[in-house]
Formats: sequence, structure tokens, C-alpha cells
Amino acid sequence: MLGYTLKRLLGAIPTLLILLTLAFFMMRLAPGGPFDTEKSLPPEIQANLDRKYHLDEPLLQQYGRYLWDLLHGDFGPSFQYKDYSVNELIATGFPVSMRLGVAAILIALVIGVTLGTLAALRQNRATDYTVMTLAMTGISIPNFVLAPILILVFAVHLGWLPAGGWNDGQWRNLLLPIVGLALPQIAYIARLMRGSMIEVLHSNAIRTARAKGLPERVVILRHALKPALLPVISFLGPATAAVITGSVVIEQIFGIPGLGRYFVQGALNRDYTLVMGVVVFYGTLIILFNFIVDLLYAALDPRVRYR
Amino acid sequence: MALLEVRNLKVRFRTGDGDVYAVNDLSLTLEQGKTLGIVGESGSGKSQLVLAIMNLLAANGSLEGSIRFREQELVGLPSAAMNRIRGSRIAMIFQDPMTCLNSYLTIERQMTEVLQHHRGMDRGGARREAIRMLEAVHIPDAARRIERYPHEFSGGMRQRVMIAMALLCRPDLLIADEPTTALDVTVQAQIVRLLNELQQEFGMSILMITHDLGVIAGISDQVMVLYGGRICELAPVDTLFHRPRHPYTRGLLNSVPRLDRDSSERLQAIPGNPPNLLQLPPGCAFADRCSERLEQCATDQPGLVEAEPGHRVACHLEPGP
Repeated sequence: MLGYTLKRLLGAIPTLLILLTLAFFMMRLAPGGPFDTEKSLPPEIQANLDRKYHLDEPLLQQYGRYLWDLLHGDFGPSFQYKDYSVNELIATGFPVSMRLGVAAILIALVIGVTLGTLAALRQNRATDYTVMTLAMTGISIPNFVLAPILILVFAVHLGWLPAGGWNDGQWRNLLLPIVGLALPQIAYIARLMRGSMIEVLHSNAIRTARAKGLPERVVILRHALKPALLPVISFLGPATAAVITGSVVIEQIFGIPGLGRYFVQGALNRDYTLVMGVVVFYGTLIILFNFIVDLLYAALDPRVRYR
Repeated sequence: MALLEVRNLKVRFRTGDGDVYAVNDLSLTLEQGKTLGIVGESGSGKSQLVLAIMNLLAANGSLEGSIRFREQELVGLPSAAMNRIRGSRIAMIFQDPMTCLNSYLTIERQMTEVLQHHRGMDRGGARREAIRMLEAVHIPDAARRIERYPHEFSGGMRQRVMIAMALLCRPDLLIADEPTTALDVTVQAQIVRLLNELQQEFGMSILMITHDLGVIAGISDQVMVLYGGRICELAPVDTLFHRPRHPYTRGLLNSVPRLDRDSSERLQAIPGNPPNLLQLPPGCAFADRCSERLEQCATDQPGLVEAEPGHRVACHLEPGP
């Protein structure tokens, strides 16, 4: 088990290296720089700034310097937020994003699994068609369309909830962004769950459970749920990643000071170190979630566990 | 009083291509403690017959007729009442022990839940009883292995587990749907011997489905030969093997390799294919493949007549009552 964990962690290093190399050079390929303003700076000041942030060095040298600092856990200073290091920005933004993301994914898991199971049990009947139509709609609407609709309905017309802002993380402010993040995931999970539950319900093992005279509730909850959950569990890794990166859009729309908003601001302002920091951080997170999913998989399926 | 009485059972499936008639007007009687073997090739309706008795037909299946178990009508029984019988008074084991156990639960959980549900036993008592039953089916080191998962057992061992699970509540009737088909030959023999032994011990009746005549010979009191969802011959096991009357039964027996015959003699296969259950002919379903076909075979359905005491045949070659 320990050996497996170590091997997985070592395997993540090349992935991360490729990710940050691509991000580094793509960022530099984009036209403009961190200190471009409407009014161009005097060349002396520009040169001073470049020297201070080592932007005057050859690109490869900058790349090497960045890797070296990263190895020491230093994401560098932010170009835009002058008095902050990228480490500090991530430390303030991440808890906010995490709170949204975790809440959204948990809600999506519970509702998605329930809806999918109900649809499977009422296959080709009204409940099934309703759930699947809603799911299809949920998947088709991108969250930059969904979020303004939520704001229009619940904040502007009904006036039940604030249209945006963080407000120290009060639940009234969190509700709409969480719903916006969770809805598409609910749709995906419900569809996935329906398909795998239908397959499991037709399996020989479930026929045996029925032949034992077990009540339907026990057949579903004890015998069918675990195997039917497996595809959903493997979807959770990418889904958590999608919720965190999806929060880039949602945080921007709802004005929430999370990591996603820093990412967008950073990209627009060519804040090289901030963007790099967030990319590396997201990348690590995605790898980590996929790893957790594999561990969960082993916990659910005894055949995986013993190999 | 018979333990199980099936009268005029019809099983039908609605499919996109039309209705499939899997079991047609079939009647059978099984006495307490006896074994009825049901033989037939794939698609003869043998599995659907027993699934109908268990009320486990697929969603597009429907049945007509009467199934009486210990004088209680099972057709149309509410599912809660059926659940009290299934797994308790009537138990079933299946063809493929590899996929029929739940891979995600320990053997212990899969066994104890039966006793907890039907007998209201607590977990500890159920576990002790389950270990006793595993020992009865000769699983070595049962107390330790009960905590294992199905994939840690071999095919033969898994079928033993299935049998032990089915017998937990001491059922009156054990339905075995090709329990040896997925196993290799030496293991097949062990399982048949085990079933015989357990029947002596617990006194249950067995409905044994198979396409293997050797298995049937080893375990049955009576044998029923099915073709196209109908009975073509029903006889005590010795009579059937020594004096088969239906051309289909004779064909089946001739297609079994035998050591006591000259090895240069070719095995005789029955020509043609099993009937299409979507469009059964008006006459005898076997007529197209029968070498002794009469004119009326294509048009008239032969009735089941008693050729000698206890030996019933559905064939126009029979003189009739």
C-alpha cells in the first residue's frame, strides 16, 4: 500500500513538469507583459522593473529560475498584487474555492446518485423520462449561461438571495454559486448512475439476491448500490477538477474572492507568476483527487484491493 | 399431496419481433423428497419454466396457468408473500457460480442476510449456522473462509457456497438450473454427489435442470424431456434411459459418447436446429428434424399419452390410449 502510494506520487512528477513547462512558455508567447498600461512607461523604469523581476534574462534562464524556486516551495511574487507573494494569494483564495467546490460536489453526489437510481428503478416510465430530460438540459447549458439566469430569477426578480459578493462566506451568498456549480454535475452523475444501475440490476448477482427472497430495499441498497457506484466514483476525480476549474467562471460572475478569480485576473493582466502558481496548484489538486478516487475504488471493490 | 403442482403453465415474452412462447401448456407434479430432472437443449424453455416458478421472469415476461406449492397458489401472489417463500421454502442455485454471487460482499454477509431475513436470527447466530452449512458442503476451514470474498474461491467451491446458501433455511424444494454446466467434469461429479448426499440429509425435493444426460442419470427419480417449451417425454429415470419412446429422446441418447460401443461408430447428431419460439409450427415442434415423421405431425399437436404406467410420451407414433 505504501509502495503503491509512493509510486503514484513519483509518477505525478513528470505530469506536473510537462504541465508547468507548457504553461510557462504559453504564457510568455501571449502578447503584452505584466507592466503594460495605457500610458507606456519610461524605458528606464521599464528596465528597472524588468531587472527586479528578472524579466531581462533569457527565457530559458527564467524558466530554470522558476523551477528552482518552485522546488523550494516558492511560487514567487505576484506582479499585479504588488505586496503579496503568490503563495499568500493561493492561501487566501483556495479555502474559499475549496468551500464552494466541496459543497457543490457533495450535493451533486447525493442528488445525482438518488435521481439516477430512481430513474433506473422506473426505467422507461415517467420518472425516468423526467429525470433524463432534466439531466440532458443540465448538461447542455454552460455555467456562464446558467449563473446569470440564477441571478435573474432568485436575486433580481424574487429578491430572495444576494446577486453576488462573499460577505464572509454567509450561506445566503454561497447558495447560488454552489447551485451553479453543482447543477451540471448532478446531471452527469444522474445519467451515469442510471446507466450503471440498470446494468447491475440485470446482473446474475442481483437475480441471486432476489431468489433469496430479500426485500427490494435490501436488494438495491446492499447488493446493487456498491457496484453501481463504481463508475460514479471514477467520474468524481475529473468532476472535482471540473468544479474547481468551473469555479473560475462562477467566482468571476458572483464576485467571489476565490482562487478562480485570481486566475482570471492574473491571465488578463499577464501576471506570469500568479497564473503559473494557480496552474501548478490546480494540476497538483487534480492529480491528488484522481489518486483519492483510486483509493476509494479499492475500498469499494474487493477484487481491486487484493491485487 | 404433491409438494409442487404446475398446471397448464404458459410463459410468454413480448419482444420487438413479436411474442416468444417459451413454455407452452406445461404441467408437472413433484412429490416431497423426490428429484425431477428436466432435460432439453438451449431454448427448450427449461430455464424459463423454473424462473416462472420463482417469479423471477424478466420484465417483458408474463405467465398463465397455475403453480401450487404446498397447496398455495404462487401465480399472482403479492411480492412480499413471494419473498417469504423464495430463499426460505424454495431455494435456487444457478448455472454460473462465477457471476451469481455478489463480488462486493463477503460470503458471510451473503449467507447471514438470508437467516436474518427469513429466520430473524441475530448476526452471531446466523454466522454460526452459516459456518455449519459451509461445513456440510465440505468447504475446508469454513470458519476462516467465510470472511472471504467470492473471487477468492474456485468455481467448484463457489458452487458449493451457492448450495450452502440455498440450503440455509432448509427449503422444501431446491431448484438447480444447470448447476454443473460451468464446472469441469471432475468437479461436476463432486457437485452431483454432494447434492445427492444433502438430499438424503435434509429430505428436500430437487428440480434439476440440465442438458447433461449423465448428470440427470446420477440424481433424478423422474426425467422430463422438454422440446419447444412442451413436454415430449416423462418417465422414471431407468425407463427413460432403457426404453426411450420419443424420437427426440432417442436422438439425445444416441448423441452421447459411450465407452461400451465400438469407437469406429460415429456419434449421431440430431439434424437441423431447435425450433424458432417466435413461430412454433401448428403440429409437433420436432417434426422438421424427426426421421420417423408421419403426415399428421406437421399439422396436429400430439397429446401427452401414457405409453406404460408412469411413462408419458407426446408423439403420434404412440398407439394412443
